[in-house]
Amino acid sequence: MIELVSESRCVTCDVCVAVCPTNVFDRGPDGIPVIARQGDCQTCFMCEAHCPADALFVAPLTHPVPEDSPLRDEAHLAEAGLLGSYRREIGWGRGRKPGARLAVGPELGRARITPAALS
Amino acid sequence: MITLDLTADVVVVGGGPAGTWAALTAAEAGADVILLDKGYCGTSGPTASGGTGVWYVQPDPAQREKAMASREALGGFLQDRRWMSRVLDQTYENMNRLEAEARYPFPVIDGVPHKRGVQGPEYMRRMRSWIKRAGVTVLDHSPVNELLVDGTGTVAGVRGHRRQHNSDYRVRAGAVVLATGGCAFLSKALGCDVATGDGALFAAEAGAEMSGMEFSTAYAIAPAFTSVTKTAYYGFATFFRGDGTPLEGAGSQGGRSVIAKELLRAGTVLCQIDQATAAQQQQMRLGQPNFFLPFDRLGIDPFAEKFPITLLLEGTVRGTGGIRIVADDCATTVPGLYAAGDAATRELVCGGFTGGGSHNSAWAMSSGTFAGRGAAAFAAGLGAAATRRKLTGVGATGIRPASSATGVGRAEAIDVIRREVHPYDKNYLRNGSRLRPALAELDAIWESLRGGAVADGGNLAGLRQAAAMVAHARWMYTSALARTESRGMARREEFPELDPNQYHRLAVGGLDSLWTRAEPVTGRELAIA
Ligand SMILES: Cc1cc2nc3c(=O)[nH]c(=O)nc-3n(C[C@H](O)[C@H](O)[C@H](O)COP(=O)(O)OP(=O)(O)OC[C@H]3O[C@@H](n4cnc5c(N)ncnc54)[C@H](O)[C@@H]3O)c2cc1C
Ligand code: SF4
Ligand code: SF4
Repeated sequence: MIELVSESRCVTCDVCVAVCPTNVFDRGPDGIPVIARQGDCQTCFMCEAHCPADALFVAPLTHPVPEDSPLRDEAHLAEAGLLGSYRREIGWGRGRKPGARLAVGPELGRARITPAALS
Repeated sequence: MITLDLTADVVVVGGGPAGTWAALTAAEAGADVILLDKGYCGTSGPTASGGTGVWYVQPDPAQREKAMASREALGGFLQDRRWMSRVLDQTYENMNRLEAEARYPFPVIDGVPHKRGVQGPEYMRRMRSWIKRAGVTVLDHSPVNELLVDGTGTVAGVRGHRRQHNSDYRVRAGAVVLATGGCAFLSKALGCDVATGDGALFAAEAGAEMSGMEFSTAYAIAPAFTSVTKTAYYGFATFFRGDGTPLEGAGSQGGRSVIAKELLRAGTVLCQIDQATAAQQQQMRLGQPNFFLPFDRLGIDPFAEKFPITLLLEGTVRGTGGIRIVADDCATTVPGLYAAGDAATRELVCGGFTGGGSHNSAWAMSSGTFAGRGAAAFAAGLGAAATRRKLTGVGATGIRPASSATGVGRAEAIDVIRREVHPYDKNYLRNGSRLRPALAELDAIWESLRGGAVADGGNLAGLRQAAAMVAHARWMYTSALARTESRGMARREEFPELDPNQYHRLAVGGLDSLWTRAEPVTGRELAIA
């Protein structure tokens, strides 16, 4: 679920308010969006992909993380390189090569069935 | 509350791949088009957040034959060969247009663009700007709540609500395309919470029928407590019990029921993606970066560590059921109403098996194209008379109650959905002895909703979604009970065999009382033995 809007990074462009498919954000009084309906978040990462300022973080869990979780701690997330990491991987943002250009996965063979005894 | 009054030749409901291709095609045919999305056209729906492999096959007879034959047995031979080849042709054309006209950056391998898949965010962002360039008006955050019909029952518009403007709207239109996606029952599967089956409810209220609803048992693998339901890469995985011993017979394909049984029994199944070489691991990252979001953010190395998994319901998003299509232009049984993508039945190209991994996306873009063209032609055929029709709303549950009783609403309905539709032992590992009581619960909640629940303004969409999910579940289980055999994804524990006497499609319909009808399989005359 969406866990963080970084006040220091946000450029108050309202893109996240527009693009969130489940209308999770409201525009705050100072222009910085607020997470108004976290329970409606479907953990789709789309707001993060579209945020031009790498100001959002979506924790990968479908329920809220605890108050003291590192996944809500801006300094930790920035240091771990997680802020804006999805946008970077899909190659969005100035000067980046679109990830779509590189998106060739491995050949998928017939799926394996787990055998009884594995060494 | 103010009501915005709009007019269009064609209204497209839903802005995923099916809706955007429908809007583009209708606009190119000269129609004035309004596209309405519950969320945001460009990010809403499973394609935008997930990305899709695409059934893109060169127009070479041998390759086409192989592509058509590949899943026929899995689908119980319910596919229509003529539709399969039209969809292959249309998909080929659309993917080439996506590259040439929308400048989609396909990967280039040995100088050749590789068009067997699209990255979701990039694809849908480009579709949005493409339809806007083509003159389509897009209204986001504007859920449609009901269809409007004229005096003859012909669909003539829609009514809905703009949630970020707190205003209602009405669009008078020559024809309507429903491209609202399938129904994943708010399971939190990736991008699927907007897919609550709304279009099927609207269509049924106008008199349309469903088909293939028994093939809606799609559950996808995700790391436990996450949303990323991407099953393909689990083909490289090994599965284990909670104590770390191998879970015999488990697999991402053909072994998912073993996983479901173990989850029911013990609550835990572990997994490790331990069969991928270093090179394959790297390719996986490039191929589907979002597959790794849960792992990277939780600090799990999926190649080296065991992690718990779950199965999330994807219902008719990856199952095949939906609104019954009765003509080549994706017309429904109701004049003026067209259906495309997951909202429409996909039996014509998938039979009774999921089209996941390629066919679904091909169906979305090609059925969208057919429907957009059909709707534009229908609207043009109405001429000036289109704007003089008197409009009546046909939305019943949540809008026009059957009685003055009150009591239940959205929350109660969603609770019943969680109890009677999500569980593996009801919807996935199906047995009449469990389906019948589940259906009885669903019938009861339907009756309560139908009786007195009402909402307006911003609250109406949520109530209508709940009604749509209950309607979907009732069509699913009614069809599942009618098919007393195991064919395609519709499996019944007590009828494990395929019954040659049930070689038919099943139409299903009704709102308060439901019916099913066997329909002959079409399009087999083209089958090459
Ligand atoms: C994780 C995942 C991976 C997948 N991978 C593949 C794959 O590799 N290959 C493949 O072929 N298929 C795949 N699929 C399936 C594929 O995503 C769907 O078949 C496809 O998205 C269907 O497109 P659509 O346009 O019909 O519906 P959707 O993409 O669901 O779009 C429906 C749209 O309608 C809108 N809407 C809904 N109700 C209303 C309303 N009342 N009013 C207004 N708007 C409304 C929604 O907001 C949404 O924008 C995958 C699905 C998932 C979940
Ligand atoms: S998209 Fe990013 S920068 Fe723009 S308002 Fe939202 S958080 Fe701020
Ligand atoms: S993850 Fe998706 S649903 Fe959640 S806030 Fe971001 S865009 Fe909205």
